[in-house]
Order: sequence, then structure tokens, then C-alpha cells
Amino acid sequence: MNQEDQHLDTLYEIRNMMEKSSRFISLSGLSGVFAGVYALIGAALAFFYLKLDFFQPAYYDYLNNNQQVIRSTGIFFIANALAVLTLALATCLYLSTRKAKKQGLPIWTPTSRRLLMSVAIPLATGGIFCLALIYHQGFGLIAPTTLLFYGLALINGSKYTLHDVHYLGICEIVLGLIGSFFTGYGLLLWAIGFGVLHIVYGTLMYYKYER
Amino acid sequence: MKDLLVNINKAFESKARLGIMSVLMVNEQIDFNSLKELLDLTDGNLASHLKALEELEYIAVWKQFIGRKPNTTYRATDQGKKAFESHLQALENLIKGNR
Repeated sequence: MNQEDQHLDTLYEIRNMMEKSSRFISLSGLSGVFAGVYALIGAALAFFYLKLDFFQPAYYDYLNNNQQVIRSTGIFFIANALAVLTLALATCLYLSTRKAKKQGLPIWTPTSRRLLMSVAIPLATGGIFCLALIYHQGFGLIAPTTLLFYGLALINGSKYTLHDVHYLGICEIVLGLIGSFFTGYGLLLWAIGFGVLHIVYGTLMYYKYER
Repeated sequence: MKDLLVNINKAFESKARLGIMSVLMVNEQIDFNSLKELLDLTDGNLASHLKALEELEYIAVWKQFIGRKPNTTYRATDQGKKAFESHLQALENLIKGNR
């Protein structure tokens, strides 16, 4: 009997090592909640800036090809988006590092490097593609494009971290695809995708893995 | 009972070697330091286990320099993967056989 326990223990050890070495499990759920809050604040600022009613579609029609308005609005939007992105990434990095320390796991491993690369490539591609959209004045497609590429980045990265991220990615892509057809609701869908979904997922992950 | 033990591989008897092989089954390759951190072993201990696995041709070693620092990466050979898989199968059979 003791022999059997020993073999079971061996198998457990093997499983554990495979999991530990191939997935970055220190990803902080709480940082998802923060990212969501930042995104909602960013989206709210954009709504106020454009003086929109909450459900009024076609925010970019308001630009009406007025070059002056397009320029200042563009600068505001890019600054706003970059601020949200930077804050969210910094918080995620800080909280994940803290979580890794708590778990006694290293943060900078081949796995976390792979995770970073697999997320960064689709994300950077999407970012540059958005610049192309701005260049061609396809403003209506910017918000859904960010959702689409972010979803793809999550699905790509989910191989190296908590599997739940995979489903979050799918949800983001669905929102992005809806937004691609109903461009007027881009900002609203963006707020749902980057705000609400992050808060929901972050909360779920926090209770699932960190409680 | 005898035939159940046929595939239990002596090469994988220590915890360290099981750990090394497990990591190499799911990672294409891994460097010495990452492996050391994962398995929580001392340099000498890990090196001797790696040496043994290398001599059995279960793992392949690749030495290079990054800047001026030596960097050694390891990967499991096909032979090593097969051997480890049949070892796992044998363990599973043993446990089932004891039920």
C-alpha cells in the first residue's frame, strides 16, 4: 500500500512539474479588475469629451471631416488609450510580480518570456494596424480592431498561462466582430470589452485562484 | 507481478530525474539555470543527474556562449521521450494492478 502511495506521489510530482514549467500561473486576477476600471474611466472620459449620450451611435460622424476637430480629437483619443494601456500593463506587472513572490515562483522564466512574446506580437500588429486606420481616416473601425487583436493576443498567450484567458479572448473577439459591423457602437463595445469583461474575469480569477 | 516491473526504468528512479524529464516533455528546450530554479536543486546535484541522462542518450545538450557567459540548454531526445512515456505507463499499470 505504501508502495502505491509512493507511485501516486511520483505521478503527482510529474504532473506538477509539467504544469509549473509550461504555464505562467502567477498572472494576477486582481490586475484584471484594475485594468477594467482604468478602461471604464478612459471610456467615460471619451464619452464626456465627445459630449455623447450614452447610447448614441456613430460617434465618429461627429468628426464630419473637419480637419481641426479630427486632429484634436485624434490626439485626445491616442493619449487616452495609451494612458489606459500603460496603467493597465504596469498594474498587471506589479501585481503579478507580487503574486509570484508570494507563491515563491520566479517571475522571469522561459515560460513568462514566451507568454510575453505571444501576447506582444498580435498586440503590436493590432496597434500598428490602428495607426493605418487613422491614416486612412477609418475611425469607426479603430475600437473594434483593438478588441479583435487583443482577443487574438489573449488566445495566443493562453497556451502559456491560466487557460481561462482563452475564453476571455473569445469574448473580446465576439465583441470586436459585432463592433466591426455596428461601428457606431464602437466606444460602447470597447467599454464593455476592456472594462466590464476585465472586471468580471479578474473577479472570477481572483476567487478561483487567489482566495 | 514480475512482468509489471518490466518497463519500470531505473534511470528515472530519483525525484530529480523525474523532474528533469517532466520539464523536457512539455518544453522544447530549457537552460540549466531555469531548470535549477524549477527543481530547486544545487548546481552539482543537477549537473550529475543531467550527465547521467545524457550518457543514456535520453537528453541532448547544447552548449553556447551568450556574450561571455556559458549557456547550456537541454532537450529530450526522441529516445528519451519514448523511455519516459513507457516508464509512466509502467507506473500506471503498477498502480492499476495493485487496486
